[in-house]
Amino acid sequence: MQLARVIGAVVATIKDVNLAGATLLVLQPLSASGEPAGRTLVALDSVGAGVGENVFFVRGREAAFPFYPAEPPTDAAIVGIVDHWSTE
Amino acid sequence: MQICRVVGTVVSTQKDRKLHGAKLMLVQPLTLDGEPRGVGLLAIDSVGAGVGEKVLVVIEGKAAGDALGRKGAAVDAAIIGIVDTVDHDGTA
Repeated sequence: MQLARVIGAVVATIKDVNLAGATLLVLQPLSASGEPAGRTLVALDSVGAGVGENVFFVRGREAAFPFYPAEPPTDAAIVGIVDHWSTE
Repeated sequence: MQICRVVGTVVSTQKDRKLHGAKLMLVQPLTLDGEPRGVGLLAIDSVGAGVGEKVLVVIEGKAAGDALGRKGAAVDAAIIGIVDTVDHDGTA
């Protein structure tokens, strides 16, 4: 899992039937210090996150798990909204 | 998922049995500003995308297989949506 900031949203009318009703958000992965780290990506939202919020997300096959028993074709999903974090 | 542009189609007669009937497209990943980023890749298309369209591509085996509707298909990328709009706050 990785920290990220939600920086946008994607609208797609024509999409896989298993994505009907899904929220697609644009993420900028963050380093532990909160700086942008790496490429932006699009992720499915499972927790009701919004633009401007810090979240954590999971990549890979596990990204479909929050939507069980549905199996949306996704490689990334937001699984938590971060209240705050700190580093030593 | 990555936002990509469809830049071409691929025709292959001799291919893995599980790929028969699959539509193969060449896609180019894009930045949020629409500039090309990185190398292009091949993705199967399950939504009827056309050349020039901006699309959403999953780059993960299980998801791509689900999009194709076949278990155990040798695919690792699939077009799963056609992008209407991308709104972003400009921070990346």
